[in-house]
Amino acid sequence: MLYREAGQFKTTYETDGQILPIRQDRIALLATLAVATLVLPFVATPYFLSAILIPFLIFSLAALGLNILTGYCGQLSLGTAAFMAVGAFASWNFVYRIPGLPILAAFALGGLCAALVGIAFGLPSLRIRGFYLAASTLATQFFVVWCLTKIPALTGGSASGVITAQKIEILGYGFDTPQRKFVLVLLIVSFMALLAKNMVRSNVGRSWMAVRDMDVAAEVIGIRPMRTKLLAFAVSSFYCGVAGALYAFAYLGTVEPEAYSLDLSFRILFMIIIGGVGSILGSFLGAAFIVLLPVALNMLAHGLGLPTNVASNLELMVFGALIIFFLIVEPHGLARLWQIGKEKLRLWPFPH
Amino acid sequence: MQLKSLVIGALLAASATTAFAQSQFVALPSYRVGPYASGGSGFYGGIIDYFNLVNQAGGVNGVKVTWEECETEYNPSRGVECYERLKTSQGGATLVEPLSTGIAYGILDRIPQDKIPMTMLGYGRSDAANGKVFPYVFPLISSYWSQAAAMVKYLADKNGGSLKGKKIVHLYHDSAFGKEPLPVLEALAKQQGFELVKIPVAPPGSEQQAQWLQIRQARPDHVILWGWGVMNSVAIKTAQRNGFPRDKILGVWWAGSEEDTVPSGDAAKGYTAMSFNTPGNYPVLDDIRKKVYAGGKGNLSDQARIGSVYHMRGVTAGILFVEAMRAAQEKYGKGKPVTGEQLRWGLENLNIDAARQKAIGAVNMFPTVKTSCEDHEGSGAVKVQQWDGKKWVAITPNWIVGDRALVKQLVDESSNKYAAEKKITPACMK
Repeated sequence: MLYREAGQFKTTYETDGQILPIRQDRIALLATLAVATLVLPFVATPYFLSAILIPFLIFSLAALGLNILTGYCGQLSLGTAAFMAVGAFASWNFVYRIPGLPILAAFALGGLCAALVGIAFGLPSLRIRGFYLAASTLATQFFVVWCLTKIPALTGGSASGVITAQKIEILGYGFDTPQRKFVLVLLIVSFMALLAKNMVRSNVGRSWMAVRDMDVAAEVIGIRPMRTKLLAFAVSSFYCGVAGALYAFAYLGTVEPEAYSLDLSFRILFMIIIGGVGSILGSFLGAAFIVLLPVALNMLAHGLGLPTNVASNLELMVFGALIIFFLIVEPHGLARLWQIGKEKLRLWPFPH
Repeated sequence: MQLKSLVIGALLAASATTAFAQSQFVALPSYRVGPYASGGSGFYGGIIDYFNLVNQAGGVNGVKVTWEECETEYNPSRGVECYERLKTSQGGATLVEPLSTGIAYGILDRIPQDKIPMTMLGYGRSDAANGKVFPYVFPLISSYWSQAAAMVKYLADKNGGSLKGKKIVHLYHDSAFGKEPLPVLEALAKQQGFELVKIPVAPPGSEQQAQWLQIRQARPDHVILWGWGVMNSVAIKTAQRNGFPRDKILGVWWAGSEEDTVPSGDAAKGYTAMSFNTPGNYPVLDDIRKKVYAGGKGNLSDQARIGSVYHMRGVTAGILFVEAMRAAQEKYGKGKPVTGEQLRWGLENLNIDAARQKAIGAVNMFPTVKTSCEDHEGSGAVKVQQWDGKKWVAITPNWIVGDRALVKQLVDESSNKYAAEKKITPACMK
């Protein structure tokens, strides 16, 4: 009923090609964004903003980065956390070594460094595919963390290798409260998500998908695999690098190699598998599932007054069961589930 | 119906606030699942057992201690979430103990703003011992640096007072944790003329054949095992396979619990490790058995673990927390709960001497502690314990203190660097 698009005619190419062709979707998205930027910072508790929403957005961005590489270009990667680490440490070093460098420029430069590392470690993708590529991206993970613990210059000579991130300040305005940090992260993530959505709709995105679906055929129709694959690695690593920098600067407040462990790479991979491989929305849904669900379960278990050791173990069990449940119900992820739901809603209450 | 539930809700809320007004709330971001669960459950179990014991006796001058746990899985990201959740819970946390270097670093900058003191019982960061730069952080009893200095002191004593010309291998968990003692060990190597061989083990360290071959070739006089988790039992077993005597291995205190030695079986016999507790039984543990566990309020599911290394460490932490509450109440009003700022004062003015330990029922269970603004550690003393195949036995009758002057110098250097970076003017807080 509510979700009917009767009467919405597309009379120009622009309207036909827009990101969200259905008016209800557009309104919903704009309303969500408006509420998030204008209302949430004033009504949500600092806990909700700084401990729930900020990490959710940052992990969404990282998942988005991985989704570009794995979901759209078909290159399996286990090095996401490493690219995040490169972004974080590079940003830290830029701010540390170049006094007066704007923090947003530092984030962008950090992302670019991650992109360069991504290109370097993407080179094997020209020769190997699938699971074999996963092994070579795994090398990125170990190599980067090893470098960060071994080369003191990268961590500013700190004895323990753990350094505190600098304060975020833009044009003299300090982003030090959870509210301000949240708005900053939200703006960066929405901007980059919009960029990604447009990228995958353009010829770049189509060439990625062509390579993903069959790279020999893509080559035959004139897509250069080297350029396409390396571009995917670069863009994906850039996104992960910015996410890593935000993770360090806007969430944790520290920059340390162990925060970017293989475990984190796996978590981000699970996010896109559960959220939906090859879907921008899926990155957000997956991040929500992996980041928010354990916290919600934990709170629920505590609310029921269970003993903590039971609650902690129960949380893991329920979480695991839900992952299996959702993957059985819809192997293509939550984004696909949402799409099916939408199709049903369009016909409701009069399905054929 | 709605009105009724509203009234009940309001009543509940009112009774809840009055209950909180007479209690002291402590945030415990604990971990009871995951690879480090054995340490986490023992340590937090010990704290909670002691809190229960104190509450049964009427609390701290009538003020009950309350606490709330939150599962962190030893993961910094979730730890920060837990901290943010717990800090406003039940009228506001007045103390936090994360038992994880990663989480501690993650909330280090937040706690002065929130005015919640954080203790780091026996872990990094060592330079937080300087209360002028880190007013809200307390690496109580002994930091990694004091421990490394004490290790060298113990080894020197064992070798007739000098380590000149000896060779010591530092076999470490390749992480912030394993690298933390390096400044102290390097300085002492230069000062005392022993050779320090550094051999890293990539976490988690479940395969160490290459490292132990290297050790066999180096023929060291001693091996310092700076490990954590599965790395410890693997090291002990690999040492046995390579014929390296276990009594020449000296473990850090995260490598000195039952969880590290029991899985190694016979191989662990004779293995030595550091501790800031003297293993054994104490009246306070008997009290916990009698009053807390007999009443079914014990936190550990396995009663045999009462008095184990991690549990005793937790009980020690509980004692220090409660004593800090007492000290703060002495100053700010007896019988009233104190705020985080006031508890910070209490932690900075702890004085647990032998007489106080006797009153608690924990004589010699941990070294005497006296903190001040310059010294947030309050002790720096440790013991060496040895695994006899069934239990840990202390092999140093007295508490060992390393080169405190050197540690103090390094602490000042490092903390002043941090202060300069963060634009903090070092000063004592009132």
